[in-house]
Amino acid sequence: MAIEILMPALSPTMEEGTLAKWLVKEGDTVKSGDILAEIETDKATMEFEAVDEGVIGKILVAAGTEGVKVNTAIAILAGEGEDVSAAQAAAAAPAPAAAPAASSAPVAPAAPATPVANTTPDWPEGTEVRQQTVREALRDAMAEEMRRDPDVFLMGEEVGEYQGAYKISQGMLEEFGAKRVIDTPITEMGFAGIATGAAFGGLKPIVEFMTFNFAMQAVDHIVNSAAKTLYMSGGQMGAPMVFRGPNGAAARVGAQHSQDYAAWYAQIPGLKVVMPYTAADYKGLMKSAIRDPNPVIFLENEILYGKSFDVPVLDDFTIPLGKARIARAGTDVTIISFGIGMTYAMDAAEKLAADGINAEVIDLRSLRPLDYDTVLASVMKTNRCVTVEEGWPVASIGNHLSAYIMTHAFDYLDAPVLNCTGKDVPMPYAANLEKHALLTTDEVIAAVRQVTYR
Amino acid sequence: MAAKNPAQTPNVSAEELLGYYREMLLIRRFEEKAGQLYGMGLIGGFCHLYIGQEAVVVGLEACTKEGDKRITSYRDHGHMLACGMDAKGVMAELTGREGGYSNGKGGSMHMFSKEKHFYGGHGIVGAQVPLGAGLAFSDKYRGNDNVTFAYFGDGASNQGQVYETYNMAELWDLPVVFVIENNQYAMGTSMKRSTKSTTLYGRGAAYGIAGEEVDGMSVLAVKEAGERAVAHCRAGKGPYILEVKTYRYRGHSMSDPAKYRTREEVQKMKEERDPIEQIRSILLTGSHASEDDLKAIDKEIKDIVNESAEFAKTSPEPDLSELWTDIYA
Repeated sequence: MAIEILMPALSPTMEEGTLAKWLVKEGDTVKSGDILAEIETDKATMEFEAVDEGVIGKILVAAGTEGVKVNTAIAILAGEGEDVSAAQAAAAAPAPAAAPAASSAPVAPAAPATPVANTTPDWPEGTEVRQQTVREALRDAMAEEMRRDPDVFLMGEEVGEYQGAYKISQGMLEEFGAKRVIDTPITEMGFAGIATGAAFGGLKPIVEFMTFNFAMQAVDHIVNSAAKTLYMSGGQMGAPMVFRGPNGAAARVGAQHSQDYAAWYAQIPGLKVVMPYTAADYKGLMKSAIRDPNPVIFLENEILYGKSFDVPVLDDFTIPLGKARIARAGTDVTIISFGIGMTYAMDAAEKLAADGINAEVIDLRSLRPLDYDTVLASVMKTNRCVTVEEGWPVASIGNHLSAYIMTHAFDYLDAPVLNCTGKDVPMPYAANLEKHALLTTDEVIAAVRQVTYR
Repeated sequence: MAAKNPAQTPNVSAEELLGYYREMLLIRRFEEKAGQLYGMGLIGGFCHLYIGQEAVVVGLEACTKEGDKRITSYRDHGHMLACGMDAKGVMAELTGREGGYSNGKGGSMHMFSKEKHFYGGHGIVGAQVPLGAGLAFSDKYRGNDNVTFAYFGDGASNQGQVYETYNMAELWDLPVVFVIENNQYAMGTSMKRSTKSTTLYGRGAAYGIAGEEVDGMSVLAVKEAGERAVAHCRAGKGPYILEVKTYRYRGHSMSDPAKYRTREEVQKMKEERDPIEQIRSILLTGSHASEDDLKAIDKEIKDIVNESAEFAKTSPEPDLSELWTDIYA
């Protein structure tokens, strides 16, 4: 059967080109791979090869012709012993598929049903609790999950023999052995990639970054390999794993070791992001994160590691990802925070109460998925909102919440939403400068006074 | 590096030779068709063809057993066909259709098959190397003797994560074959313009990893070296490096005019070293197959490829609801 040779698209953006030169003439026999012509695109001159075998029956577009549209027939290829004139009548090649119908833009949100906060308690009333540090809660969570599931393992720098750079994995090497508590060389990109590959292979790695500052070396594997593979594979395989470690400012360690990555990771579809405050949340959320079939970024805080909280005494205590906690009920203003930001939020709320301002404090705990219903239900009740986080102000979690609240609860607001954040500077070393770069309780109090006009 | 005389290579039956011929031809004809569909605007974005490199993946797939894993870069169509993935599903992914391996959501560079243990299809140069070592880690953790083939190019060989991976793979004795498909050009930059350390297989020595250079235009040479590498890994001796010297006939991607090398250089490769012609010649001169036998194979391949193209053109585009699925498990 005669075949039309069409003007090819030779780049992702080419729509037309110049047929610079023919390297075959009518009557020539060609086989696949032979160069037929040179074609100039907007960027380069390309050689154009034959795919099918046959005899060049007719050249339809002369050498030197400019502006030849892609998919125009430029020559006719006749099959063995075929009449060339018949070839010219060959049917036009099928046109490329039409572009999909434009989808409705997902800009205008549907009017939400009245949002309701999920106020189910994290553990049943009357459950025995005991004081535990965040450090102990984290270790217990990992150890319990490793006892429960042999596919879970811990990998990172100094997690084994050293017992953890921050002593989070204390005792774990002794209990689980070197097969499951794996000391790595200092090679974040490499071991993040290996762990992600192991997760593709069906294991459930917990990757400890000594701090999240060092995860910048590994961010390609977190974002491009771990977060996107489920989507790119059409749901066939993903990365059930946890990336964890201390995040945010510690104390006097300067710019490269003091950064909050909450907003960075919260931006990535495919990742789940958790940043807890209390020891109970560290425990319950870590256990859920390990069981979750998706990659979870678990942002810890060095200053909180030694802080004690009530933790329920339960055999298997978990908290679902994506559920916020109302840390303090109130009526006059909603303060939204997470992680160490909760220190300032709670401190401010107590001081404001003394002045007769009754703040509701929401601890988001999870940043992706984010518990929008609890946020909206509270703001619709208090009509005022202040967000509190340690990270930088530009493209912050607070910025996102402000936009979300404006879009979904504009009519309920009696004041603009204000964002309390760290200052827009690299973290300085000098003690006095560092103090000023960080968020303070006074700033939260001032913001609340501003939105409550008091 | 002398090209091996295949007639002297024992342990390869006529049936196996025909199988290699068939597999390599399938890849070549598939890629030619993909190039054509790209030219027609049916395939978008980047499209990296494997033409010229067929012997590498076909030779190594001949060394695998069930459960072995493979992972590669964005030049991945050949690997998928060689490990038994269906040509229709691969071509339909190239055209971004529902019938593609990733329902059209991955494209040429990002395709996977859990069933065939094909772990992509990765668009970030070098990323597949630690990922491949991680797959090998999962097999070692489970205590089986499966092997992972982590394919990457001479270009990726200059990425730092390759050496981070070498270090840990040897430290932990991971059963991974690092296959460097050295086609001599990292996009437009030749080896000698990117490194003075041009013996890539030797770069593992710093970490204690054995390696060798292989004639990547000879499927038999590749298979022979592959068997050595696989035996090493299955025996629990850790990783192995194969630097397979190959050549891509086409540009880096469809939009690459390949002006960084001469037409004569390409022509000489095609005429003197072509992997498919080499096997064809062995089959005919050794009377393992007749012209008619080969013609029948050609016809069979042509039908498979045409059928895949037809499927890729007619399979519908993914439903718009697919936009929002597979983000979370």
